[in-house]
Amino acid sequence: MEFVLASRPLLAVLVSLLAAILIVVCGRWPNLREGWTLLAAVTKFGLVFSLLGDVLGGRTPGVTLFEVSPGIALALRVDALGISFALSASLLWILTSVYSIGYMRSLGEEHQTRYFASFAICLSSTIGIAFAANLLTFIIFYEMLTIATYPLVVHKGTPEALASGQKYLVYLLTGGGALLLAVAWVRNIAPTLDFQPGGILPAATGATELALLLILFVVGVGVKAGLMPLHSWLPAAMVAPTPVSALLHAVAVVKAGVFGLARVTGFVFGADMLQRSGAINPVAALAAATILLASLLAMAQDNLKRRLAYSTIGHLSYIVLGIVLVTPDAWRGGLFHIVTHAAMKITLFFCAGAIYAKTHRENISELDGIGKQMPVTLGAFGVASLGLAGVPPLGGFLSKWFLAGGTLAAEQPALLAVLIISGLLNAAYLFPIVYRAFFRHSDQFTKFAEASPLMVVPLCLTTLLSVGLGIFPDAFFKWFSLANETAISVLQVAVK
Amino acid sequence: MNLAGFSANFTYVVTTLLLVIGLYGMIGKRNLIKKLIGLSVFQTAIFLFYIHGAVQPGGTVPVWDARFATAAQYINPLPHVLILTAIVVSVATTGVALALTVAIYRRYGTLDETALLQRMKRDS
Amino acid sequence: MTHIPVLIPAPLLLAAFLVPLAGMLHQGLVPAVALAGSAAAAAFAVLGLRKVIAEGPLHYELGNWPPPVGIEYILDPLSAFMAVVVTVTGFLSLVYFRPSARHEIPDRFVTGHAVALLLLAGLSGMVVTGDLFNLFVFLEIASLSAYALVAIGDKQAPVAAFRYLILGSLGGSFYVLGVGFLYFATGSLNMADVAERLAPIYHSRAVIAAAVLIAVAMALKMALFPLHLWLPDAYTYAPSAVAGLIAPIMTKVAAYVLIRVFLGVFQPSFAIDHIPLLPAISWLAAGGIIFGSVMAIAQQDLRRMLAYSSVSQIAYVGLGLGMANPLGLVGALLHVANHAFMKACLFFVAGSLRYRTGSVGISDLAGMGRKMPWTFAAFTVAALSMIGIPPAAGFFSKWYLLLGALEVGNGWFVAAILLSSLLNAAYFFRVLENLYAKAGGKEDESRVAEAPASMLMPTLLLAVGILVLGLLNSLIVTEMLMPVASGMYRR
Repeated sequence: MEFVLASRPLLAVLVSLLAAILIVVCGRWPNLREGWTLLAAVTKFGLVFSLLGDVLGGRTPGVTLFEVSPGIALALRVDALGISFALSASLLWILTSVYSIGYMRSLGEEHQTRYFASFAICLSSTIGIAFAANLLTFIIFYEMLTIATYPLVVHKGTPEALASGQKYLVYLLTGGGALLLAVAWVRNIAPTLDFQPGGILPAATGATELALLLILFVVGVGVKAGLMPLHSWLPAAMVAPTPVSALLHAVAVVKAGVFGLARVTGFVFGADMLQRSGAINPVAALAAATILLASLLAMAQDNLKRRLAYSTIGHLSYIVLGIVLVTPDAWRGGLFHIVTHAAMKITLFFCAGAIYAKTHRENISELDGIGKQMPVTLGAFGVASLGLAGVPPLGGFLSKWFLAGGTLAAEQPALLAVLIISGLLNAAYLFPIVYRAFFRHSDQFTKFAEASPLMVVPLCLTTLLSVGLGIFPDAFFKWFSLANETAISVLQVAVK
Repeated sequence: MNLAGFSANFTYVVTTLLLVIGLYGMIGKRNLIKKLIGLSVFQTAIFLFYIHGAVQPGGTVPVWDARFATAAQYINPLPHVLILTAIVVSVATTGVALALTVAIYRRYGTLDETALLQRMKRDS
Repeated sequence: MTHIPVLIPAPLLLAAFLVPLAGMLHQGLVPAVALAGSAAAAAFAVLGLRKVIAEGPLHYELGNWPPPVGIEYILDPLSAFMAVVVTVTGFLSLVYFRPSARHEIPDRFVTGHAVALLLLAGLSGMVVTGDLFNLFVFLEIASLSAYALVAIGDKQAPVAAFRYLILGSLGGSFYVLGVGFLYFATGSLNMADVAERLAPIYHSRAVIAAAVLIAVAMALKMALFPLHLWLPDAYTYAPSAVAGLIAPIMTKVAAYVLIRVFLGVFQPSFAIDHIPLLPAISWLAAGGIIFGSVMAIAQQDLRRMLAYSSVSQIAYVGLGLGMANPLGLVGALLHVANHAFMKACLFFVAGSLRYRTGSVGISDLAGMGRKMPWTFAAFTVAALSMIGIPPAAGFFSKWYLLLGALEVGNGWFVAAILLSSLLNAAYFFRVLENLYAKAGGKEDESRVAEAPASMLMPTLLLAVGILVLGLLNSLIVTEMLMPVASGMYRR
């Protein structure tokens, strides 16, 4: 691959940091402040999008800034894996920004300046994670993301929010510590920290050392990815405002975890080393257990957002599973699921937020008949639910199809069974909501009254995206091709 | 230990004894003035140690004299100079410490460490 | 011969004597004289550092007496680096000293400045001197100034100062006793000369006794756990201006002496093979890192919390030294600079808070984040740096220490470093939570203004400095610390 020096990756990272400053400065003028958010979101997406052509043309735009430790530079590189994540995060940030404005204003939330500023910093960190060229750059943005999300989790300032914030920090900073140790360890044994398809660990590394390293990495990134038993911060973090749950706790933060796992397994370990560590099966088993348990736990939740959170935990482990199986189809499916799940889950959260903003209800048992009042929202909810359950032709089907192929290629039929059962469980915890909303009657919801268009329009757009990804997987920014290309470069296999 | 050995090590024994006494005063005593006395004893022991090291049996005062041609015939002046400095430091320390005890007594009416710590805790 | 080494402590000493004279003329002249002296020292230190990097060590023979007879001042990469840390942080502390002292200790305004300058003169003298006994003199100048400065604080301050004095003088006495043993064993006081003469007599009991005495002395002075007992009270009850001056640099210079003696005067192998002092220091430091952090969590007073945090943070330096490998030393030295900036910033904030509200209880902080936004923005940066969040400076000291611990393959050290950063998060986020997330209590209506610009500027400067130190750490490490570290361990 050809390297091109480009400042756009850096600009894509910096634009929202700059926006954060402007947001704080303009805190007194809400319209101007939100203007900066929107402008930054659109600019960021534009910058990321402008890099897509380069990546598809086989080039890796990047920039090396300066050394942050002798021999290790703060460096950004844009490859297929990175841009696919960056595209989904930055595209959805535009919609989330619009939605946030509607949500925050209709609820009259306090501290909106802090909220939008933290949000912008989160997005900078996310893009930084996506474009990081080496492990040290990665961990710098990874930890920044942890901290920038904290103000959003404790946004409400209630004792419950503070308790969730503490839980969040304990989990995430512990994970960060494990990751730091892992990175320092790699620095100690490997010639470089630069990500390279196929891995950078020296061939002489012993199996035990590999296994220990992998465990540290899995703890480090797995905590963001909600891998059980490191997941319990995620349901707790649902106390945050819904747009935060939607973009950060369904897309940016948690996907940074699975993205990190892909980076580590594909670009630090490589398939061979991963095999040699002997840790594939345990991690895969952990992911499978997470998928099933999370789905079961989701069913037990009455709080809509918490149910969605458990669902997120399950779906993240689909991706984890795909990544650790290291077969081409599993990677295709896993990486594509990063995008499809993002589109579907953000839709569901947008719906939950719209319902909350309009009716102040968060519990599923209180939503009987709400379909009459908010048919568009609940319709979108239904479509996204179908997608998550893996019903064709929605996006979720396609990623699951490839994942299934991956399990077969890895000769793990038990995991295929897990995927199928999980699909049914998905249906079991999502469809009843739709059923209640449309087919149960209630006197409370009689008139048509949707939430603000600032919220409804974004959720319709994400629904369209979820459907479109299933029918035309490559129509939007070639996401499927990007996943495919990553799988090929990492696993070094020929195009099927 | 025979008598000769004892007399050769006499200064060291006394120095050590004084160091231990001083240390005990500083750490074992509760009264601040006694702690201070301990500190002074401790420092004096160190002076003694240095001065003893400067002794040159049969040596003369370190002022140039043609009759004494080799350095070994003079007492080593450097430790004396060092200790002069150390004494100045020690006096300054004692001065500051006494000023502190005055301030403490004015504020708390006692110089007993245990009582002081209790009253400090009460104040904060 | 260049005069730069002596020109670092000299302006400070001169200013210390000029300040009382200026105070007799007009109080307004006092800060100007103090800042001029301090700025000159800092300028010479920076100049010296540049020269050292370009041309190698600078030697200055005091009174034109050539060493080993005369006293020699040396600016090598290590002492030049330390001199810059001491004088630059000291300068910022003096900038902050004026408004804070005028508010808290108005009747000690002039003497406070004079003694503060003496303290800085002592510390910078310790750094540049190449003579073991001269170091003692500077050490006592600095220590006596510190006792006096601490004593002018709260009601409890004289007691805290007295306890500090007793333990500090004990440390000083141990040091001078140790130097005595070295002198009688080698016949010299010049560090380079002593180093040469020592090598053949490492097995001598006198030399081993000297090493132990000096190690204990400096462990006391640097408040290395479990010899830290003087520190929490001293930092808590000292005037804010003084805490902001002492906390960032005082203990670091004692740590510097340990580095200088055990990696410079002695060969590193001595304090491992002949008597395991470095391992002992590293284990005590690992314990201190955890102990200090745990104690910090338990505190209700912001200053005392910061004081215990200092106990933990100075142990980072001890750990890096005790690991006895170049990466650990790089981490230790980088942390000296990083922590000087972080702790100065944090104590400045505590002082500004006291200036505006008169209270420093952690539970009184509710909602303060919005009342003094800039001050607490600086606090947040420093706190995140203490926790070790990149790209703030604290992350990188942790990084090098971790690399060092991995290189020596000690899992306990690794665990201590990682655990400590979680514990730091525990006590700092408790504060941050109060500052930002909790609504102010009944006093919420009260209008608390932002700190005055004269206090805010140095605080913000330090906060920016923390980020700059973090981003540019590689420059410092490759240009200064790596050569120092590999030089010391190559012998």
